[in-house]
Amino acid sequence: MAKADFETPELQEYVDVPELVEDTMVHLSPFVAKPDHNTDLNFPGELVEDWHDKALAKLDDLRGRFRSLQVYLDSCVKCGSCTDKCHYFLGTKDPKNMPVGRQDLLRKVYRRYFTFAGKYFPKLVGAKDLTRETLDEWYSYYHQCSQCRRCSVFCPYGIDTAEISMAAREILDSIGYGQKYCNEIIAKVNKIGNNLGLPGPALADTLEGLEEDVEDETGVAVKYPLDVKGADILLVTPSADFFAEPHVDGLIGYGKVFHEAGVSWTISSYASEAANFGMFIGSYENMRRVSLRIRKAALDLGVKRIVFGECGHAWRVAYAFLNTLAGPFDFLDPKYPVPQHILEFTWDQIQKGNLKLDKSANDDKVLTFHDSCNVARATRMGDKPGGQLEIPRNVIKAVCNNFVDMHHDTIGEKTFCCGGGGGLLTDDLMEIRVKGALPRMTALKNVMEEEGVTHMAAICAICKSQFTKVLPYYGMDMNQIVSIHQLVSEAIILTGQNSGDEEDEEGDEEDDDPDA
Amino acid sequence: MSLFFSLLFIVAALVMVIGLARKIVQYARTPAPLKIPTTPAPVTRAGVVLRLFREVVFFESLFKSTKWTWLFGWMFHLGLLLVLLRHLRYFTDPVWLPIQLIQPFGVYAGFAMVIGLVGLLVRRIFIDRVRYISAPSDFLWLAILIIIGFSGLMMKFVAHTDVVMVKEFFTGLMGLHFETLPLDFPLIVHLLLVALLMLLFPFSKLLHVPGIFFSPGRNQVDNPRERRHLAPWAKAMEEQQN
Repeated sequence: MAKADFETPELQEYVDVPELVEDTMVHLSPFVAKPDHNTDLNFPGELVEDWHDKALAKLDDLRGRFRSLQVYLDSCVKCGSCTDKCHYFLGTKDPKNMPVGRQDLLRKVYRRYFTFAGKYFPKLVGAKDLTRETLDEWYSYYHQCSQCRRCSVFCPYGIDTAEISMAAREILDSIGYGQKYCNEIIAKVNKIGNNLGLPGPALADTLEGLEEDVEDETGVAVKYPLDVKGADILLVTPSADFFAEPHVDGLIGYGKVFHEAGVSWTISSYASEAANFGMFIGSYENMRRVSLRIRKAALDLGVKRIVFGECGHAWRVAYAFLNTLAGPFDFLDPKYPVPQHILEFTWDQIQKGNLKLDKSANDDKVLTFHDSCNVARATRMGDKPGGQLEIPRNVIKAVCNNFVDMHHDTIGEKTFCCGGGGGLLTDDLMEIRVKGALPRMTALKNVMEEEGVTHMAAICAICKSQFTKVLPYYGMDMNQIVSIHQLVSEAIILTGQNSGDEEDEEGDEEDDDPDA
Repeated sequence: MSLFFSLLFIVAALVMVIGLARKIVQYARTPAPLKIPTTPAPVTRAGVVLRLFREVVFFESLFKSTKWTWLFGWMFHLGLLLVLLRHLRYFTDPVWLPIQLIQPFGVYAGFAMVIGLVGLLVRRIFIDRVRYISAPSDFLWLAILIIIGFSGLMMKFVAHTDVVMVKEFFTGLMGLHFETLPLDFPLIVHLLLVALLMLLFPFSKLLHVPGIFFSPGRNQVDNPRERRHLAPWAKAMEEQQN
């Protein structure tokens, strides 16, 4: 946790590809899960005695159930294309943080026990026995991967290290060697409904507080409803949105958009979490269990649509997996995709002209946008490929006058992870989080200096928390991170809104021109 | 000696075909339980075919990444393709017109192939990141391919082999008639290594050839909201739990 434990990399004009320095990060491992946290998820509480055979059996099981794993383990030709693409490698110089270096930790074992060449000519093909040291190495380095998929963009075979990391974590869990952060959180969701362990009454309190704040500020009674049966829309949002900064300003924004759109909506206390850490640990079963809460909430509340708040990996599970894991959602209104992203909803409202927006409300800022890794490379918004990159920018440009993109190699499908995704957003992994943020921090610093950028918008709870924590390490300010819906919230002029604490003569009439 | 080569090539061909078929069956039978295309991804089947085409023919993703590796890799693969097509003349009689027409290009392709391979080898030796991830087999593959290419070019430009005999040998072999081979040193090296390559194909990283077509990151349609994508084992689990 303390800054003194490691050195924050210095920001240069470019991130140079470093020369390899072996084992710079071998010392870093996250806290191991306590037995309860493992057993809650149906994993053995502690490292089992026959871990060797169990781990191999699990690897065998997984490669028979996941084509990605089998094909990816076989297909790598060691071309080196991915070697300089991982933010964790760029920030640490450790070759085992190169995507292929990370994959090989598992591939070596796969080759040794499951391929002809590895069984009979291990030295020739770099196959290695599974030892206790291997396990520790897996535990260390597979928890230094944020499953951001940047490497998969550049792989000629589309090999995705995230899939390998997930498999490795699933193997570790299956022998009782789980990670505290992820497993504790999943257990909390199963018990209480969200990652933070906020029970229903606390949620109700928080939402009531938000209603009061918004009414104080705008004079409009915007509702932030909880467990309202028969509402049109179930909003599922990361629980950080309920209290963390800057997240909560985004939640305020969602409420204002729903209010102006004239739809009824609700949050569910039972499914009060968008994030699904089951993906981080590669567990289909756990991912499904968490997803089914959303299905149950939608059924119990009798909603017609499901909308997800701003969150990265959550949107991946929601967009790409929810229908498969917890569908079919034939009980919802077939006119809308299941689920929808809040940005799809807001962009639709903007296009229809349903929102009155005063862009100048954000004139104190020059914005840039951080594409969240899993949104950019694992999902879509809208009906065209790439909508996940365009729609957030469209919304920002609709509510802000000043927007600049960062360097093109650091955004879009090539975006760099914030450094805290994939189950790494925990203080015991601070070193890798700070070092892994180097490429993003460099790109941000550059647009700050060259284009006068003051703020960076993000659409992921993890990105927001991570940047808030990491920016100060690089000499920047934690308040530079904003939600897109915070910007929307600033710009939106609610119907019947009083003009607030500035001038009285403008902005309070419904028919005012928002751009005037 | 010729008999040895006859038997060797029969075994090598069988191992390669059966071995590859088994891997392809394995890939095809292993379910992909979730939609994981690297996005932005095509939303239609036709789009996926186009994406794979660009990937297989132009090495699109590699091009995005490292221009030198792309250049050498693409030179090698395209060269190899033309060389293989050129070699069809040893297996067909009469030789198809398109194969006749590419004969001169096939020769240039032989050079391109070897240059590409040498480029890849230099890269593997001198770039620390690539050297770190290389096993002995990764160097050996390059060496095998370079020697195959070099010995082939030797026969074309330095020490001619009796290609008519070679053709008789292989066309005969295809009908299981064992003919004699001209026993020239470059030819023996050439054929031994080609047979070795065929034997090892299904057990090595050459599996990237079928692998690319089965990579969920590249071959999936991006339509998870429209359609469920339930694997058989996931369906069974669902039925058991519900």
